[in-house]
Amino acid sequence: MIKTMPKFLPWLAAGALALGATLAHAADTIKVGVLHSLSGTMAISETTLKDTVLMLIDAQNKKGGLLGKQLEPVVVDPASNWPLFAEKARELLQKDKVAVVFGCWTSVSRKSVLPVFEELNGILFYPVQYEGEESSRNVFYTGAAPNQQAIPAVDYLMKDLKVQRWVLAGTDYVYPRTTNKILEAYLKAKGVKDEDIMINYTPFGHSDWQSIVADIKKFGSAGKKTAVVSTINGDANVPFYKELGNQGVSAKDIPVVAFSVGEEELSGIDTKPLVGHLAAWNYFMSVKNKANDAFIKEWHTFIKDPKRVTNDPMEATYIGFNMWVKAVEKAKTTDPDKVIDAMVGIEAPNLTGGTAKMLPNHHITKPVLIGEIQGDGQFDVVWKTKGLVAGDAWSDYLPGSKDLVADWADPKIKCGNYNTVTKKCSGQNVK
Amino acid sequence: MPVCAPACVRLKLILFLLALTLCCGSLPARASDDALRTTLLQLHDADFDSKATLIETLAALDHPRVALILNALSASQLYYQADPERIVIGTGDGAEITIEDAVSGAALGPVTKRDLERITTNNQMRSLIEDRLASLGLSSADPQQRRAAVESFLRNPDPAGAERLKARLAVETDSKIKELLTLSLALVDLSSPDAAVRTKAAEALGGQLQPEIRGQLAKAAAEDPDPATREAAQRAVSRTEFRLQLLGGAETLFFGLSLGSVLILAAIGLAVTFGVMGVINMAHGELMMIGAYTTWLVQQWLPVNWSLPVAIPLAFLVAGLMGIAIERGIIRFLYGRPLETLLATFGVSLILQQAVRSIFSPLNRSVATPDWMSGTLAFGPLELTLNRLVIVGFCIAVFALLWLALQRTRLGLEVRAVAQNRAMARAMGVRSARVDALTFGLGSGIAGVAGVALSQLTNVGPNLGQSYIVDSFMVVVFGGVGNLWGTLVAGLSLGVANKLLEPWSGAVLAKIVVLIFLILFIQKRPRGLFPQRGRAAEV
Repeated sequence: MIKTMPKFLPWLAAGALALGATLAHAADTIKVGVLHSLSGTMAISETTLKDTVLMLIDAQNKKGGLLGKQLEPVVVDPASNWPLFAEKARELLQKDKVAVVFGCWTSVSRKSVLPVFEELNGILFYPVQYEGEESSRNVFYTGAAPNQQAIPAVDYLMKDLKVQRWVLAGTDYVYPRTTNKILEAYLKAKGVKDEDIMINYTPFGHSDWQSIVADIKKFGSAGKKTAVVSTINGDANVPFYKELGNQGVSAKDIPVVAFSVGEEELSGIDTKPLVGHLAAWNYFMSVKNKANDAFIKEWHTFIKDPKRVTNDPMEATYIGFNMWVKAVEKAKTTDPDKVIDAMVGIEAPNLTGGTAKMLPNHHITKPVLIGEIQGDGQFDVVWKTKGLVAGDAWSDYLPGSKDLVADWADPKIKCGNYNTVTKKCSGQNVK
Repeated sequence: MPVCAPACVRLKLILFLLALTLCCGSLPARASDDALRTTLLQLHDADFDSKATLIETLAALDHPRVALILNALSASQLYYQADPERIVIGTGDGAEITIEDAVSGAALGPVTKRDLERITTNNQMRSLIEDRLASLGLSSADPQQRRAAVESFLRNPDPAGAERLKARLAVETDSKIKELLTLSLALVDLSSPDAAVRTKAAEALGGQLQPEIRGQLAKAAAEDPDPATREAAQRAVSRTEFRLQLLGGAETLFFGLSLGSVLILAAIGLAVTFGVMGVINMAHGELMMIGAYTTWLVQQWLPVNWSLPVAIPLAFLVAGLMGIAIERGIIRFLYGRPLETLLATFGVSLILQQAVRSIFSPLNRSVATPDWMSGTLAFGPLELTLNRLVIVGFCIAVFALLWLALQRTRLGLEVRAVAQNRAMARAMGVRSARVDALTFGLGSGIAGVAGVALSQLTNVGPNLGQSYIVDSFMVVVFGGVGNLWGTLVAGLSLGVANKLLEPWSGAVLAKIVVLIFLILFIQKRPRGLFPQRGRAAEV
């Protein structure tokens, strides 16, 4: 322990230097806030996104900055602590006066900072797939809404793999619960019977999957093709897949399609027993095109490790960053109100060879890809939506949200949850 | 002297078979390399539907390399090279892979991966390839291949193939494969137009656990037009159900024991530090984490199959030394002040976690499972996962060793003496400070060993310890502080209870129910299952 102490020293020095730099250049830079956990449970996923933002800022500065000014990152560590997210967001907006914030991973951290961004009129780019049912004027959602990930994945299983029985397995928190509610409603609308749906929730970090995998095996042996739709969160996935492999459930018998397992998560697993299981994302590292090759090369140079992988939330960060740059260029200022107004309709290239467009509901258009896990921890794309799918803030399959729309461009609506039946806007953040 | 020894007979047989393939292979129009090459090149641009057709074409091509190519495709090792345009088989991980020409087999040396384009497959194609390859193997000399062929038939019973199965059944010698063949034929009979044949088939299939058979039986029980067949199928289904229930019960028991053994492993080190010494060590989980990281480090240097036997003593040493350092550096100043110890060790746990994040990165590390711990071991129809079985055995071994160490060694005697009455032990010449450090080291070392076991089950990352610390305390408190047997019984009973509850209450509720039970139990019996008696209880 004592030996590791010197490891911290360079950091302190770097921090002091950064602070010095902040003071020296305070006048002629545009500050960009980075609000990702660098310690605690979520550090595993969020550290990568912090590095991605730093890389993008670096590249933008090399191109001459923005509006003639250099971009200056302000990195804070909310330490996977949800109330601390709100405090740090307030610090970024009030004390550091950042022009924009890139941050958050979990939905609960986003919900925690939302009131702060609305109160102080900041801009947040949120780069992770989430459960939908939200649209704030101050937040731009560059990750997938359920209709850009979950629903197309289920369509693929139903049409291409002829799946008839469904296991909806998730970690017990808001994203899986809402997603599974939407999926259950969707499946029933497609004529799937109650007895052909099995829903299972497990606590965070669940590590003993023996009985659940045995149950899934039993459920899947009723003579109908069965698939598992997994919203199991990060850490619990490794023991889950290990148990599947150990009990001999192969992807050929019961495929698992996951919404939270990407290249980064797979880099911590021995993927041999997982080959053939599926994941639905809007980006895979294995997608071949010039933009993606260049991005991967830039990432490897920046992070100085040619083995590091790229993943979907990184692409969402990339799209969000470029959209913000374009909006600032269009508005010719970093003033939040003007940038927010300029954002809708902005287009930026994604890394799968298409173009993402910011929609009036502050979500973006994305292609949906289904990939199969390979032995080297990468995904092979086995299916892809024909065109781009527009992100839908309010699901059409939930009774409460069916009639709601979000539109921040139409001057008559200007609302995140406009009820098309009662023609009323029910406030910013009503359930 | 015999004219020809058995080995020689085998050689002759092989030569004969070789000659047979050579001569008979050339009799029908043997597919030329060019035909194979053209078909293969079509794979590159094809969508999955046309790929499936191409696989059929390939399987029908009579070319010696077809099986090899199809296997490579199934294993995602078939690549398209644009310049010069050809299909190659690539092996090796990482950025550089070694390729050979798919058609000629000529080695082409290493190339960078991004110059190649993988011919993608999906699960349907893999199943198709498996079936095509397997059906070729029905008359293979290797019983495993024959078995695979029959099993693939069982998955997709195709009445057209029944004749071949019948022919095989007549000459088959392996009793297991014979049984499978009979079952397969019965499964085909289940869709025969003759109701009597169907009824007989249903009776034969009752009690069989293969999902394909159960599916077909359930369908027959519900939909068969003939009432007699329906009834027979229903009887067969209920026989299967009964067997399944028995099996399910045995399975749940094993799951419970295995969860229990994990709990015991996690808690047993704590039973020493908390139970015997009375130190609340919140960094216990992190000591397990250190053990798991040691395993990972060992795997960087040694082949996976040999890594665990090396990692176990090493993890014991590393975690034990770390424990001694913590005891000498922090805890010894805080004896008799449990709250301060709790806070200080909690601080240590945070420092250790962040240190691991800084040194090894916050990402999880991938610890591979040795071959001898992968897969299942079948006890009749009951299939137990090997890694769990090994861990149950390992838990028993660790427990036995610890028990022996405490009961049969001088250190153990001193540890017990200090735990029971420190002042008296010191008066008798026991160096209590040294004993404290060694006891803490022993408990920590065992935590490290538990970490090696956990690395085979769960994530190896900075958060590993946190997920087990609460459970460990729970087991020790429930079992009775200071009693090793209590820890054993408590761990097993909590594990089994959890697994019994899980099927009907769900994993989340099962945990809550167990916790509520524990709270009530501690109210009733504050000293746990096996309370310490005598002087130690009053300290």
